[in-house]
Parts: sequence; C-alpha cells; structure tokens
Amino acid sequence: MSDATLHQKTLTARQRASDYLARRHHFHWAEALPWLLAIAAFFVFSNRMAFGSQVLIMIMFAVSLDLILGYAGIITLGHAAFFGIGAYTVALASLRLGWSEPISGIIAGGVVAGLAGLVVGWFMLRYRGLTLLMLTIAFAAMLQESGNLRSDITGGYDGLPGLTFDPLFGHFQYDLYGHTNYWYVLAALAVVFYVVRRIVYSPFGQALTGIRENVRRMNAIGSPVHWRLVTVYAISAAIAGIAGALFTQTNAYVTLTVFDFDTSAKVMVMLILGGTGRLYGAFVGATVYMVLEDYLSKMSPTFWQFGIGLLLVVAVLFARRGLLGVVESASAFRWRTGAARRRFVWKTEYWKALAVAAFDGGLIGFLIGFAGNLGRADRMSLFVSAFPARVVAFIALGAAAGIVINAVYLLVTSRSAVERPAS
Amino acid sequence: MPHALNDFISVLFDGLAYAMFLFITSVGLSVTMGLMGFVNLAHGAFAMAGGFIVVSLARTYGIDFIPALVIASVTVGLISVRFEQRLYRRFYKSTDLEQVLLTIGLAFMSIAAFTYFYGPIPKSVPLPHWLQGDVNLGFRTFPTYRAFLIVLGAVLIAILWFVFEKTNIGAKIRAAVDNRRMAESVGINVDRLFTLTFAVGSGLAALGGGLAIQLLGLTPSFALLYLVLFLIVVAVGGMGSLKGTLLAALVIGIVDTGGKYLFPVAGTFFIYVITVAVLLVKPAGFFGRE
Repeated sequence: MSDATLHQKTLTARQRASDYLARRHHFHWAEALPWLLAIAAFFVFSNRMAFGSQVLIMIMFAVSLDLILGYAGIITLGHAAFFGIGAYTVALASLRLGWSEPISGIIAGGVVAGLAGLVVGWFMLRYRGLTLLMLTIAFAAMLQESGNLRSDITGGYDGLPGLTFDPLFGHFQYDLYGHTNYWYVLAALAVVFYVVRRIVYSPFGQALTGIRENVRRMNAIGSPVHWRLVTVYAISAAIAGIAGALFTQTNAYVTLTVFDFDTSAKVMVMLILGGTGRLYGAFVGATVYMVLEDYLSKMSPTFWQFGIGLLLVVAVLFARRGLLGVVESASAFRWRTGAARRRFVWKTEYWKALAVAAFDGGLIGFLIGFAGNLGRADRMSLFVSAFPARVVAFIALGAAAGIVINAVYLLVTSRSAVERPAS
Repeated sequence: MPHALNDFISVLFDGLAYAMFLFITSVGLSVTMGLMGFVNLAHGAFAMAGGFIVVSLARTYGIDFIPALVIASVTVGLISVRFEQRLYRRFYKSTDLEQVLLTIGLAFMSIAAFTYFYGPIPKSVPLPHWLQGDVNLGFRTFPTYRAFLIVLGAVLIAILWFVFEKTNIGAKIRAAVDNRRMAESVGINVDRLFTLTFAVGSGLAALGGGLAIQLLGLTPSFALLYLVLFLIVVAVGGMGSLKGTLLAALVIGIVDTGGKYLFPVAGTFFIYVITVAVLLVKPAGFFGRE
C-alpha cells in the first residue's frame, strides 16, 4: 500500500469518527417511545398512578446509577446513601423548617446530596475494587446508624409520617390517586434525563467511557481522571438525591430504611436487568423489576427473592448486556441456512458434557430433596421415613433436567449464528 | 474486684469470642480473594448453609453438636468445589461487577431457598452438656460456650499458621497471592490450588455458621446480614493475609462488642468508623499489598 492511499484511508477514518461523534447525540425516533408509553400508561392504568410514580422515581434512581456504573465504571453498593440524603433533606426541611414548597424542595435535595457526593467522592474515588466497594457500603451504613442515633430528629426506623407539601405551583393539589404526582415526577424525570443525555454524549461523557475502558491510558494522555470521576459522582449523587426527594414528597412519609443495603442492591439489579451504559436500560430494567415485584412479591416474597437471584445469575451468564442487549441480539439472530448451515455432528466430547450435566443436575436434585427433607422434618417426621425414595426421585429428576438442558444447548449452539451488532 | 474492671474483662472476653467467629468465617474469603481477586458475596451463604445443616443434623437425626459441625463443614467444603469448578471458574477474568452480580444472585437464591425450607424463625441446637453453663477460671466465671469458641479459634489459628508458613502447600499459596503469573510460570498449578483453598475456606465458613447458631442466632438472612462484616474484616485486614485477617477480626470483634456495651444506641456505627478510618489511611488494609 502506498503512502498516499494510507494517508487517504486515515483521513476517511478520521472523518467517519468525527461524523459519528457529531451525530450520535441526535435524537432517534425510537427515543420517543418510552415517553409515549409513560403518557399512555397514565390513561390506561389511571387507578394505579401512585405505583406509576414509584416506577418513575426508581427509573430516575437507576439512571443516576447508570451514569457512574455504566459510563464511568464505578462499582457501588451504597448509592442508597444519596437517595436517602435527598429524601431526608426534603422531609426535615418541611417538618423542622416549614419549607414545604415542592420544586425548590427537590432542588435542595439534589444540591445537598450532590455536595455530599462531592466530598465523599473526593475521598473515596482514589480507591478501586474491594476497597471502594466497602467504603460505599460503609458510608450508607454510617448514615443509617447516625440517623438512628439521633432518632429524635430523624424519627428513626418509625419514620417521619404525615409530611405535608404545598400544592404544585401553588395551584395543583395532590389527589388520592396520585395523578398530579405522576405528571410531576414524569416532568422531573424528563428534565433530569435530558441533562444526563447531554452529559453522556459530551466530550466529558466520552472521557468517562475512556476511564471505564482503560484508566491507565487516560492517565497517560493527561486526562484529569480523579476530578472527572469526582464530578460525575457528584452529579450522580445529586440525581439520586432528587429521586429521593421525589420519593418523600410522593409518599409523604420516609423512614431510615431508605438507607438499607437492600435499596442499593435493588437499584443495581434494576440497572443490570435493563442493561448498563445505555441510558434506556434503566427505563426497561426499573419498569420490569417494579411490575414483577408488584405481582410476584404479593404471591410469595420468597419465590420473588429466589427469582431475582436466578435472574441475576442468568443475566451474568447469558445476557451480559441486559434485556435491551437481548432484544438487540434477538433481532440479529438467525438460523444458519444454505451453505452456512452445518449438519449436527455427534462428537465424543459431548458424552462427557452430558455426563457432567447429569452429575450436576443430580447434585442439585439431591440438595433440594435433602434440604426439603431436613427442613420439613422439624415439623413432620413423615418426610424422614420417606427419605430415600424422595431423595432418589429428586436426584433422577435433576439429572434428567441437566441432560435435557445441555442437549438443547448443544443443538442451539451448533445450528445458530448469533451476530452481535458492532459496538 | 472493681466493677469497671470486671466489665472490661467481660467485654474483652465476649469480644474475643466474637473475633474468633469472625476470623474462622472470614479467613477463607480473604485467601480466595487474595488468590484470584474474586469478590465472593456468596461466602455468607456457605456459612449459613453450614449452620442449617448443623441444625438439621442435630435436631432431626439427633447427632451430637461437635460431630454435626464436622459433617457440615466437610459437606459444604465438598459441595463448594462443584460451585467453583462449574460457575466461579468462568468469572476469574471477568470484571468486578460481573463477579459481584453473580455471587449476590447466588446469595439471594440461597436466602430464598433456606427461607422456603426452614422458615424465617431463628433456629437453635441442643448443646452437649459440657458446653453449657459457666466455667470457673479461679478469679471469676465465664460462659463455657464462648470459652470453647476462643480455644477452638486459637487451635485453628495455630493449624492455619502452620500450614501457611511451614508446609509446601502454604508456600505455594503465599507465592500465588504475591504474584500469580510468576507462580504459574514456575509450575504451580494455581487453578487446582484455588479449588483446594476455596473448598477449605468454604468448609471453615460452614464451621463458623454452625458456631454462630448459639452465638448470634441463625436465620436465612444471615447470608447477607453478616456478609458485610466478613467483607469488612477482609478489606481491613488485607486480602490474602492470614495475620491481617486475624488482626482485623480482633479489632472489629472487640470494638463492636465494646461499642455496643458502652453506647447501645449506636449499634454498628463504630465498626464503620473504624473501617473507613483504616481504609483511608491504608487502602489495601493492614497487611495487604498496595
């Protein structure tokens, strides 16, 4: 290849890259979809709007997490700290200072949480990995404990009930069905989302992605890594604070449980479910999670918890890019046809794979059968006498399930061509 | 004996017993994290599983407490091997996030499964006669069970120290924690080493879970409730360091017991203060590598 053509190629590549960067923040028509659905939901489920507002609040909370987790790659299990700071700022301002104007309230919640994020982030973000993870957990737990220490101010775990807020713009009263709240939260979400979208597609957002992908390189090219991380952490904290403030206002009630480890873990699960680092992942994840939780946890909280766990494991094993990633892969999925199609050929190592699957299935069956016996035996000695037959049945069932699952997996992987969209 | 001194000794004694429980349960987590950098949030679930197996063996089948403890920790250790080979092994090179999600998912599943089978009410086991009541040490009496915990902890520490410092396997583990690639290139099979330490660590966790029944009470939420404590011990002590884990367990155990005694309202506040203070000064913990 001559120098001239090489030069030409570099130029066009550079051109394409800059075109891509210049154009990728343009709105795509599909981006209107979630907002139209949110508006449609108001008319279809108008008697469930209190729940609808909670979904929108969790979407906002998940968006704030996406900013640091999905874009900057900061792992935190303590994001509830900022949600709680926002929630308590509004609650205490209303109760102790008589400051119950809602819009300035959420701004105050965002500012206080953002300042907290700035200070805490400045200390914590020098560390990575387990140390950072522990510091985020410890910060949320410390806030919760100190809130409990001064339960004369915060109301402790009994909470602060009966908070009152002024009508919106001094005009729109809060109604029993939460109609006003829904529009209020939706509008707040739209504003916050617009800001986040601008940040993500700005050069600053690009630098964050760079830090996520390769910190050393960003340091080497002179990017102020620490300050960028602290900045985005503070912004994310502020958004989480706004979500928390809205949470307090829509429920007119808040307790220290907002600082729970569970709150932090829950929002993380939502985001992973939808897909990280893709803005609308938070929308899909939070909605699916909240709706499933609403239905399933009423039926059986135990099964729901098992379901979340299974969902996480399956997501990490098979769908690392979340539900939106699955949709993308599915639309690009096709069976191999014609010349590309391979005949299924039995290989000897498949015997081994099936045997291992049968063993593991049998082990799981044994554990379930055994644990079922042991746990119940406390209450019913009947199960102890039926012990061997039951356990053997469970082992056989587990082994069979293992073989079937593995066989299907072998067939599918040998016949299909999954084309991943270029990222 | 003056009242204050008496209280001080009580706090120290209880703190020491608590520290031994923390050490026994966390040491496996520390070594596996140090070896593979694998964030195993399901460690608490292995401990809980051990506890429930002890409950079942003791109450349903009438097996004595001590043999039940041994059976439980061996069982959990063996089963954990399968988990390691089948699930965890794929994630050694993954990001921290994926490891966190996988293992927290497993923890959720185990909590739900144990709630389904055992119910949410705390369980207890019948202790053998010689572990009940108080033991007289001449100048005052101490609860026998806690004294037993301290002795057992001391014995385990001695054994672990011997294995770590004096045997071939221990030398290999130390080498792999220090520099995994170098250890592999001189012919140490780090994967097999890891399977071994993972099994032993999980078995010890199960032992800790069994010991916790009479110390802290055992419910299915144990898996996440105490996980944060185990992680704190590991982070404060330094990943992969035996003496770091011991020191951290002692500090956390005694500070927590003392804090709860002096300021009952403050709850676990002091643990978190200590954690943040230590990690801000020494990000890799007491004896971790920077």
